[in-house]
Amino acid sequence: MAIAAAQRTARTPADGAPDTVDTAAYQHAFDTAVAADERIEPRDWMPDAYRATLVRQIAQHAHSEIIGMQPEANWITRAPSLRRKAILMAKVQDEAGHGLYLYSAAETLGTSRDELLDKLHAGRQKYSSIFNYPTLTWADVGAIGWLVDGAAITNQVPLCRCSYGPYARAMVRICKEESFHQRQGYELLLALSKGTPEQHAMAQDAVNRWWWPSLMMFGPPDDESQHSAQSMEWKIKRHSNDELRRRFVDICVPQAESLGLTLPDPELRWNEEQGHHDFGPIDWTEFQEVLKGNGPCNEQRITQRRRAHDEGAWVREAAAAYAAKHTGDTGETGATRA
Amino acid sequence: MTATGPATVPVTAALALGDDALVLSHRLGEWAGHAPVLEEEVALANIALDLLGQARVLLSLAGDEDELAYLREERAFRNLQLVEQPNGDFAHTIARQLYFSTYQQLLYAELAAGTGPFAPLAAKAVKEVAYHRDHAELWTLRLGDGTETSHERMRLACDALWRFTGEMFQPVEGLDAGLPALEARWLESVTDVLGRAGLTVPEGPRTGAWSAGAGRQGLHTEPFGRMLAEMQHLHRSHPGASW
Repeated sequence: MAIAAAQRTARTPADGAPDTVDTAAYQHAFDTAVAADERIEPRDWMPDAYRATLVRQIAQHAHSEIIGMQPEANWITRAPSLRRKAILMAKVQDEAGHGLYLYSAAETLGTSRDELLDKLHAGRQKYSSIFNYPTLTWADVGAIGWLVDGAAITNQVPLCRCSYGPYARAMVRICKEESFHQRQGYELLLALSKGTPEQHAMAQDAVNRWWWPSLMMFGPPDDESQHSAQSMEWKIKRHSNDELRRRFVDICVPQAESLGLTLPDPELRWNEEQGHHDFGPIDWTEFQEVLKGNGPCNEQRITQRRRAHDEGAWVREAAAAYAAKHTGDTGETGATRA
Repeated sequence: MTATGPATVPVTAALALGDDALVLSHRLGEWAGHAPVLEEEVALANIALDLLGQARVLLSLAGDEDELAYLREERAFRNLQLVEQPNGDFAHTIARQLYFSTYQQLLYAELAAGTGPFAPLAAKAVKEVAYHRDHAELWTLRLGDGTETSHERMRLACDALWRFTGEMFQPVEGLDAGLPALEARWLESVTDVLGRAGLTVPEGPRTGAWSAGAGRQGLHTEPFGRMLAEMQHLHRSHPGASW
């Protein structure tokens, strides 16, 4: 691989600071690898800004997985059938698992999970704003699966080809599970839509509330997106926000028809000329407000996360103390109290 | 299963074992989003899912799983009082799991070795339960032999739940297991784990007038009614609906 080769020929001096000639060689090797669609691996040289961008993005993604457990866990204890309860518990468990893969991917960039969690708890790193909306009825579980996971997949499938190897590989596995969740959400809504009039109304209400926030998940319009251009150049990102949003709308329209539900946008119609659907204006003021912390659940989500972390501190301390006492001990052969 | 057929399934025993699994699964599900560390989000959900799977098989032997889970009144549930106890702190959850999984592993190993109606389920479930017990044992060791705080919390939890452990060995109609022998092995196993964790075996009674066969007879503790209210509310709000 090009970068490793460059490192062999231009090694960083022992005092750590590479001289300018070496940096230029590294940069060239990096640029060449990215241009050739090669993967950048953890031990490869990479520009500081590339590393920082990845840490920011992967951390935000990991945080979204663990905060995203909350709105759905809200319904585990009330799931209306044992089959649905099993599906929902497995889904929330998958999200914890995704959090684990992603924090591990971030660790390959030299940032620990603890450090990232501290930043999340201190409000210095973000998670997807979509989870700042409440799950008010059972149908919201279906709407999250169909729309939120659907939007996430649209965003994430291109990340399986992201230039950073560990992130790309984590995304392959995550996308497989997410598409399963998306189908389960669709199937849940279908059962409601074809159920009693009350169930149908519940499904329509949930779709009405989740549609616009789902469209906001693709981020601000291209001309206002802060990080997009550089990320596309680095092949961390492969498609623009607006492009992905339009793709998502095109996928959802026929699915809504099959569900027997409507999407809450009177301007939504097929544009023959463009080969895409036109849709109404997105309320970016709402987006900015939720982003700033003024969404319906921002406070609640972060408070619960901090509380779980703080209340669990004694458990983590006990595990660390036990491990320290039993270094080299599997823990199964007996504890000798020191 | 075909050799025995549904007609020969002892309904009382299927409900007892099925309700244990259903109720404990529900309690563990309450941890989602609240666990002390991400690995435990995965582990507790995993145990909850295994138990829910067992509950669905067992309740289906006794009737319609959803009717049984969602439409019975509190007094018709046959689970142990132990499994309905609120999660408390992580130490309480672990103590409850250690007591229950040790019992379940011994019971299911015996049922799996037999030819009765529960043998096929028990043969599959005993492998899952062995993992649940290991998980509880490892945490009992970590908490008991971790810090002073964790030791004290674990001691309190083991003590608090001790009085619910005698009920496990009360006879259940249709459950063909040597309960007195199981009880002796349960005590031996739990004593061993607590000892290695630096904890002493609680001294209080394990059974008494308040609990002898109580959950198995449909007599539950106060928190159980609230748990069922939450669990059953949505299903009951839409009579006859499919989900």
